[in-house]
Amino acid sequence: MNSHVDQAAARSGATRRDLVVGTALVSGALLVGCSPADLMSAGAKTEVGAFGPFIRIAADGAVTVVSKHIEFGQGNHAGLAAIVAEELDADWSRVSVEQAPANAKLYANTQIGVQGTGGSSAISNSWMQLRKAGAAARAMFTGAAAAAWKVPEAEITVKDGLVSHAASGKTAGFGDLIQGAAAIKPPAEPRLKSPEAFTLIGTDRVRRKDSLAKSTGQARYTQDVHLEGMLTAVVAHAPRFGAKVSGFDAAEARKVAGVVDVIQIPTGVAVVAKSTWAAIQGRNVLKVTWDESKAEGRGSAELEAQYAGWAAGKGTLPDKLKWESFENRGDAAAAGDGEVFEATFDFPFLAHASMEPMNCVAQVGGKGGTKLTVASQSPTVDQINTARIVGALPGSIQIETLFAGGSFGRRANFQSDYVAECVHIAKKVGKGTPVKLVWTREDDMAAGYFRPLTHHRVKVRLDKDGFPAAWTHRVVTQSLMKGSPLAPKGMDTSTVEGAMGSPYLKVTPAVDCQVLMPEVGVPVLWWRSVGATHTAFVMEHTVDHLAKKAGKDPVAYRLALFEKAGAARHIAVLKLAAEKAGWDKPAPAGVTRGVAVHECFGSVVAQIAEVRLVDGNPKVGRVVTAIDCGTAISPDQIAAQMEGGTCFGLSAALHDEMIIKAGAVDRKNFDAYPVLRHSEAPKVETYIVASANPPSGVGEPGVPVIAPAVANAVLAATGTGAFRLPMIRA
Amino acid sequence: MATSLEINGRTVQVEAAPDTPLLWVLRDEVGLTGPKFGCGIGQCGACTVLADGTPVRSCSLPVSALSGMKITTIEGLGGAHPLQAAWVKLDVPQCGYCQSGQIMSAAALLASNPRPSDAEIDAAMEGNICRCGAYQRIHAAIHEAAQATAQATPKSRA
Repeated sequence: MNSHVDQAAARSGATRRDLVVGTALVSGALLVGCSPADLMSAGAKTEVGAFGPFIRIAADGAVTVVSKHIEFGQGNHAGLAAIVAEELDADWSRVSVEQAPANAKLYANTQIGVQGTGGSSAISNSWMQLRKAGAAARAMFTGAAAAAWKVPEAEITVKDGLVSHAASGKTAGFGDLIQGAAAIKPPAEPRLKSPEAFTLIGTDRVRRKDSLAKSTGQARYTQDVHLEGMLTAVVAHAPRFGAKVSGFDAAEARKVAGVVDVIQIPTGVAVVAKSTWAAIQGRNVLKVTWDESKAEGRGSAELEAQYAGWAAGKGTLPDKLKWESFENRGDAAAAGDGEVFEATFDFPFLAHASMEPMNCVAQVGGKGGTKLTVASQSPTVDQINTARIVGALPGSIQIETLFAGGSFGRRANFQSDYVAECVHIAKKVGKGTPVKLVWTREDDMAAGYFRPLTHHRVKVRLDKDGFPAAWTHRVVTQSLMKGSPLAPKGMDTSTVEGAMGSPYLKVTPAVDCQVLMPEVGVPVLWWRSVGATHTAFVMEHTVDHLAKKAGKDPVAYRLALFEKAGAARHIAVLKLAAEKAGWDKPAPAGVTRGVAVHECFGSVVAQIAEVRLVDGNPKVGRVVTAIDCGTAISPDQIAAQMEGGTCFGLSAALHDEMIIKAGAVDRKNFDAYPVLRHSEAPKVETYIVASANPPSGVGEPGVPVIAPAVANAVLAATGTGAFRLPMIRA
Repeated sequence: MATSLEINGRTVQVEAAPDTPLLWVLRDEVGLTGPKFGCGIGQCGACTVLADGTPVRSCSLPVSALSGMKITTIEGLGGAHPLQAAWVKLDVPQCGYCQSGQIMSAAALLASNPRPSDAEIDAAMEGNICRCGAYQRIHAAIHEAAQATAQATPKSRA
């Protein structure tokens, strides 16, 4: 691993966590009886051409960049292709992108250790790898031209896919030189461009390659797969988390025209049919009885009350459940003269609710082995879980990864839940028959894997200058890792990242920060920006309350704290956002402004939101965003991620709330689970801090800042703020 | 019992049961996968198509109710519609899954209101959810397409 990636990894707690996950996954594979060599053996079937696993060049000179990362909206395919095109000096208009097959050996995420997309790492982990791939291919073409033209290689230039020798006037395209280039051994350490020489990276020319396909209905998603002889399956799932099938009566379901079979699988009962509608109708009349003896019986309200009690030191903890300290120094409980701020914060379970409900196509038992056609966010994990079911080596499982209609983390989980479900069905159907598993919206919402319900309790005592002197913090939330075979040996820091390591804690002399991670029978998972979905809100809203108690301006107060902490990147984004927002000038009539700053996934984002109260509810207008994400590869797509991330975060700030009652999901579709719509979308302006650092994440860092910025604007308007999300409860 | 529909200018005899939602007929039987399945209850707009020019949620309409009507799906816009050109120019899509529905709702809006205001866009598009949050660019692209269409249209006909 090169030093740039190390730096990027060092800046991000998430990538450190992911490294641990990667190692754990490999040990998970060992548990199911396959060696790391087996796991990595997927390479056997992948064809690699002369220009390596990431680049293919056609006889006409067109360049195809092979992406090891799934595209589910983040725009990473544009960025990854641009990195290659830059070093290759390709004609950007003749560069296209293709999705890599599952192959951990060739396509592992260098920060995770296995093939997968997450932690906003697609660009950062590929940065040096793809620069080298592009530069090596370029060197092969200059070498081929030098040999063909009998001129010194150093005199050859490449621009927009055209190889030239000025002195002799000779020029050739990649296609003309391809045979000679392919015969040259790629240099192991090719010369990379100096960033000042970049002509594509950082320009507005780096645009998406998939917009036309996605604007004409031609982009292919799992839902769109249609294979010869394919059957469609819809599954009746347990109404309560943890319940199992005790019996079923398929007589009525089998009478539905088009229904082919009804099959019990570990997660429920599948109705297999010749069409989606037949499968849905079959399920509607299927009778299933459930054994709920081991089901979760609690709901959101009970959990919230229990968590709040534990955080307040009331009630007894279950056996083996212990508080774990994530920052601790000095005596935070000691008395002092300064003012005290004390508050609790509550956050609900959240569904990812991607537009495309979960689905998968699997073929098991045919001549070609097991094949998945699915938007796979973590192909290696899906290979391991599939291999376990069909009794094969993970490396033998083929996966064709398609576009995903969103994911926000949902398509990557340790159990490969919906993939495994489809494989179970396809295995019973057998003979290599393609089976498409379709989850309805209700299935998708009720399956869990939510952002966990979370409670924070904060007490901060200020010093005589109004800065924090003592900070006591309690967090109660489910672990994202605990209970899986891949649980980390130490603390699961993903639950508190963003509070842990905060510059505000760094400058506080006495801190006592602890987290409690109880076992609950509701499956939970990372949700776009993970721990920061709640920690950023608590830290940033708390700081505005502290500034208010200290009688200081929220921007000036933060700048003073960041100075003390030596947080130069926080200072830079905050100053840029404040300048662009006109923070020093009065807000428009009827508008209050709120500010927030947060670092996650290696990037720092500051936002200033302009908010009006309409019938007492916040309505967000202009949002000024400043981001430091290292080297900016596609300013346009960084802006797109800030716009989209802000909407995603604002949806959670205002509306998103999954309610669980007695162990069952109470909100199963968009009528009951409101999300942000057109009329509430803010106008986001994005400004990028110039940086020579390697690129860091943009998919997630745009999410967590808007909620506290809005709450801080509400605080400025009303003097009270917000201590529970969502702010508007359905 | 076959239902006769005109889909993207072509007459199609549909074999599906009359209560089958139009969406599943289009996707599973006719092979048009541009309209997407998102919610099944007409709440998200991903399945939006035009029925005699009116935007409808195809997931919630039985095919029998549409007998004899002219259905236009995203495939029927042809690829060079001003909205599609604006969508590409501004790189509107992120995951892209909702965009067929967004574009069909926008097409119906522009057909009846060639220069919509922001408030009119909100009203017409409120039924189309985008979880990626591309709303800002969708608005900009609708304005862009409206302007491009106005410029391409002789004044006397505008």
